[in-house]
Amino acid sequence: MTVLIALLLSASMSVGILCAQSPAAPPSVEDQQKAQDERIRKLEDEVQTLKAALTVPKAEPVQLGGAGGAAAKAFNPDISLNGDLLGSIGHNEVRPVPSMEMHEAELGIQSVIDPYSRGDVFISFGETGVNVEEAFITLTALPGEFVARIGKMRADFGKVNTTHNHALAWTDRPLVTENLLNGEDGITDMGLSMSRILPAPGDLFLEATGQVFRGDSGELFKASRKNDLSIVGHLRGYEDLTENTNLELGYSYAQGHNELGHDFLTKLHGIDLSLRWKPLRRSIYNSLLWRSEFVWSQRDQLPVRERAFGLYSSLEYRLDQRWTVGGRFDWSERATLASQVDRGGSAILTYWMSEFSQARGQYRFTRYDGNRSGNEIRLQLLFVMGAHGAHPF
Amino acid sequence: MKRLTNCRRSGRTLLALVAALLLSLIASQPAMAAGKINIVTSTSDLASLTSEVGGDRVSVIAIARGYQDCHFVEAKPSFLLNLRKADLLVVVGLQLEIGWLPPLITQSGNPKIQPASPGYFDASQFAEILEIPTAQVSRAMGDVHPLGNPHYWLDPQNGLRVAKGLAQKLSEVSPGDAPYFRQRLEGFQKRLAEAEKRWDEQMKPYRGRKIITYHQSWPNFVKRFGLQVADYVEPRPGIPPSPAHVVELIALMKRQNVKLILVEPYFDLKTPQSVARETGGQVVVLMPSVGGNPETGDYIKLFDYDINQLVNAFQQTR
Repeated sequence: MTVLIALLLSASMSVGILCAQSPAAPPSVEDQQKAQDERIRKLEDEVQTLKAALTVPKAEPVQLGGAGGAAAKAFNPDISLNGDLLGSIGHNEVRPVPSMEMHEAELGIQSVIDPYSRGDVFISFGETGVNVEEAFITLTALPGEFVARIGKMRADFGKVNTTHNHALAWTDRPLVTENLLNGEDGITDMGLSMSRILPAPGDLFLEATGQVFRGDSGELFKASRKNDLSIVGHLRGYEDLTENTNLELGYSYAQGHNELGHDFLTKLHGIDLSLRWKPLRRSIYNSLLWRSEFVWSQRDQLPVRERAFGLYSSLEYRLDQRWTVGGRFDWSERATLASQVDRGGSAILTYWMSEFSQARGQYRFTRYDGNRSGNEIRLQLLFVMGAHGAHPF
Repeated sequence: MKRLTNCRRSGRTLLALVAALLLSLIASQPAMAAGKINIVTSTSDLASLTSEVGGDRVSVIAIARGYQDCHFVEAKPSFLLNLRKADLLVVVGLQLEIGWLPPLITQSGNPKIQPASPGYFDASQFAEILEIPTAQVSRAMGDVHPLGNPHYWLDPQNGLRVAKGLAQKLSEVSPGDAPYFRQRLEGFQKRLAEAEKRWDEQMKPYRGRKIITYHQSWPNFVKRFGLQVADYVEPRPGIPPSPAHVVELIALMKRQNVKLILVEPYFDLKTPQSVARETGGQVVVLMPSVGGNPETGDYIKLFDYDINQLVNAFQQTR
């Protein structure tokens, strides 16, 4: 500031000196005025320049170190762990289960991989070992509205086959799954899947899925040669009947080589039907789901091809925010010997402690072929830790 | 064996048919609606704000209805019919839709609306977010949102902030319409400012009043209109009220002379009503979202309705 004042003083003094020197050669008043103006302008410019030079730029605060701990974890995938604990009272001569069992602890690791894909891996730890239940990449940016999946996955055959244990409405899987669809693991294999929504009239939702697998799914499909691939197709139709009610109908087909060799095929046809009611204003209190699946199996074996059929029909009703009741009817022939028929029924009660833990009791009566029976109460405790997964539909 | 060979042939034929079907579908992609920007929003509030800015240059569809709990929307396949055609997906964010939207986005087969794509618009980035946890969160606290409270649209200033963000985004999608969107935004801003004056005037006598809310969904609203939440009907977010908590709540309301219990239309009124009976209070069903009832047809009407309901209830419980 003092520098500025000094400059201004010197400027005014210079003007005074100029005025004092004028008598030697008297120029016109006009010229004098012009010269003074010019001089003042120059001095003003000089003051501005010096003023700018004097303004010290504000120092930017110095950022030391990188981002904090939370940012370092930003790219970690979503991790969840679903626990499934089982208890059993009663007897079952054909498929006995232990009194208590740490049935499964399923680790889910899910994340967007890049702008074009996402990854989903589910590893299940049981009492007998570890199993990669699913590990696949989904390509989300394909042209033509296609969605592709590559990896090990539960095949898109019906409804129960695609559902993880902890997301089922029961403590077990239906008899038709046990007899015709490779039990708990179902059709699960390494392969690729392509699905697309199809053009359809009105508000009908129509989706087609085509899948090709290596051809190994437990006891159901076995690839004895490299090209013994299995295929699965699913056509799914869905319509909202009202705002609260909807109907879904699906047809599935699966075909693969069985354990008897390259020349022996097993073909499966399935129909799944779901009727849902969930009033939007009361969605956390009341809902109803009636679901049935019908499966036809056609298995090449010696001496002749065996045809078997099975079904289940399940009804569940949510009474309030905490309680759900349900029932299931089972009927199924056996894939290798259709004359043997198993049938059963279950009553299920589920208590929701919170969205993240449920307790379930299921009374199950089964009459296996040959008059052997099972009469059990099965208890289940489900819990989830970590990332908030999507609710199954 | 001949029969088996036929089976294999039929398998190959099926494969070929599926491949042909898929290929033919590539050619039959649905054309985008000419002229209009197709927008899907997760909630009706975002749909209303989008319409305010977008006017007749956009076609907007909301997934969740105003009277629906937007935490628990079902991932119905029918939503995919709109998502597959969307140019823009507008979401509340902060994990509000985490239970249902991610699988729909993946299944849509629409690269434009995948997270972090230009067509994925997270409105929360424009809003003032409250209740951002500063310490470790755990589910012992209930179904907490670790990124902050997602019910931010219940502050009209946040509505305006989101509308500004939307105007910018829509102008990027359709640069030719930028002046139109700017003009619509200015119109909305003016109407909102007038409405806010009205609401402030109405709420003036009740500033500082304590209320109870069912769920932790009104922090932005109470902050904006100068109210205080004394407690919640839920003991923790997402956990149904327990008898012990109800007893505590009744005692607290009596002690602090709290009279109003705010409940969203999708919660059971039984517990709040029994608490109100015990305390001489009143249950007020407030609409948390546009379209919650016929009177709340748009974003400004939503606040008109809620403020009127509140003012009436305050007057009755004086």
